[in-house]
Amino acid sequence: MYYIDPHLHMVSRTTDDYETLAKMGCVAISEPAFWAGFDRGSGESFRDYFRQLTEVEPKRAAQYGIQHFTWLCINAKEAENVELSREVLKIIPEFLDCPNVLGIGEIGLNKNTKNEAIIFQEHMELAIAHQQQVLIHTPHLEDKYQGTRMILDMLGEHSIDRSRVLVDHVEEHTVGPVLEAGYWAGMTLYPVTKCTPSRAVDIIERHGAERLCVNSAGDWGPSKPTAVPDLVLEMRRRGHKESLIKKVVYDNPRDFFSQSKNFNLENPAER
Amino acid sequence: MNSNQILDREFLEIRAKILEVAAALDRIERAEGDVSGEPRMALIAEAIKIIASGHSDPIRAEKIQLLFSRTYDEQWRDEFSIASRS
Ligand SMILES: [Zn+2]
Repeated sequence: MYYIDPHLHMVSRTTDDYETLAKMGCVAISEPAFWAGFDRGSGESFRDYFRQLTEVEPKRAAQYGIQHFTWLCINAKEAENVELSREVLKIIPEFLDCPNVLGIGEIGLNKNTKNEAIIFQEHMELAIAHQQQVLIHTPHLEDKYQGTRMILDMLGEHSIDRSRVLVDHVEEHTVGPVLEAGYWAGMTLYPVTKCTPSRAVDIIERHGAERLCVNSAGDWGPSKPTAVPDLVLEMRRRGHKESLIKKVVYDNPRDFFSQSKNFNLENPAER
Repeated sequence: MNSNQILDREFLEIRAKILEVAAALDRIERAEGDVSGEPRMALIAEAIKIIASGHSDPIRAEKIQLLFSRTYDEQWRDEFSIASRS
C-alpha cells in the first residue's frame, strides 16, 4: 500500500532508510524542524539546517522516488532561549517560498515553561502573518497532558483556520480534546514512550479516522522509521477495510497537506 | 473481531506483559535499598488497581495516562504572568 509518513526526521537517518521506506510503499515524507540532540550556538546554524531541509533532503529522497516536504521553526527545547529563538524567527521567512515548505513546525512545548509559551505565540503570529499551516509537537510522558491543554488554550487565542493546524503525538488522554476543538491530530508510533501500533489502532476504533494521521517520527533516538507499515499490518489483522487503512496512512495526510500551496503530490497510481 | 477472537489473540501477550511487570517489581524489591516511600511506586500500585477495575468503563488506558500526568491548571497564565492574546 502507498503511504505518506507525515512526520519523519530524515536528516538523522541514513540513505539506506530511504531505500527501505521506498520498498515499503512510502511515497512522501514531511519533515518538521526539530532539536538536533544538542543546543545550537547561533541563528546561522539554523540557516544551514533550513538549507539542509529545503535543498539537500529533497534530492536525497528523490533518488528513491520519495517526495520530501518540510516545516520550519525553532523547536520547543531550544525555544527556552528567547534571544536565539527571535534570531531564528527572523530567518524563517527567507525560506517560506522554497518549493517543499508546507508551513511552521514542529513548534510546541517541551517542559511547559513560560519562555516556551512566549516563543510558541510568536511562531503562531509568524504563521498567521504568512498564511502558513502549523504542525505542533506536544510534550513527552508526564508533561504531555498539561502541555497539550496549554497549547489548546494558546491556539484558541488566535483566529486561525483550525483545519490548517495539526497537533501531533496525541495519545489516549489527549486525542479527544484536540479533535473536539476541530484540529487535526497525529499519533506517533514509538516503541516505549508514545503509541504502539495496537494502541494507535484502538484510538482509531474509538475516535474514528476523521482528521487523524499516523507517523513514525523517526529521528536520531530510539525510533523506527518504518513504523507506519506496522500500523497497516495491525489494521489488516483486525479485519479493517483497505479503504479505512488508506484513509489513515495516505488520504488524511494528503488532505491536510493539500491546504498548503507547496504540496504538489504526484499520485503514485498515475506515475 | 469479537471479544473471544481478541482474547485468543492477546492472551499470551497479556500473560507475558503481566509477567514482565511482576518480575520487574520483584527485581526492585530484591535489590538493596528501600523505595517503598517513592511516589513512583505508589503510581505503579494505583495503575495496577486501574487495570484490575471492572469492565463497565473500558477506558483503562486513558485513566492510566492521566494518572501518570502532571496536573493541568486552567490559570497557568497567571503563574507565568502571560496575558491571554484574545
Ligand atoms: Zn518530531
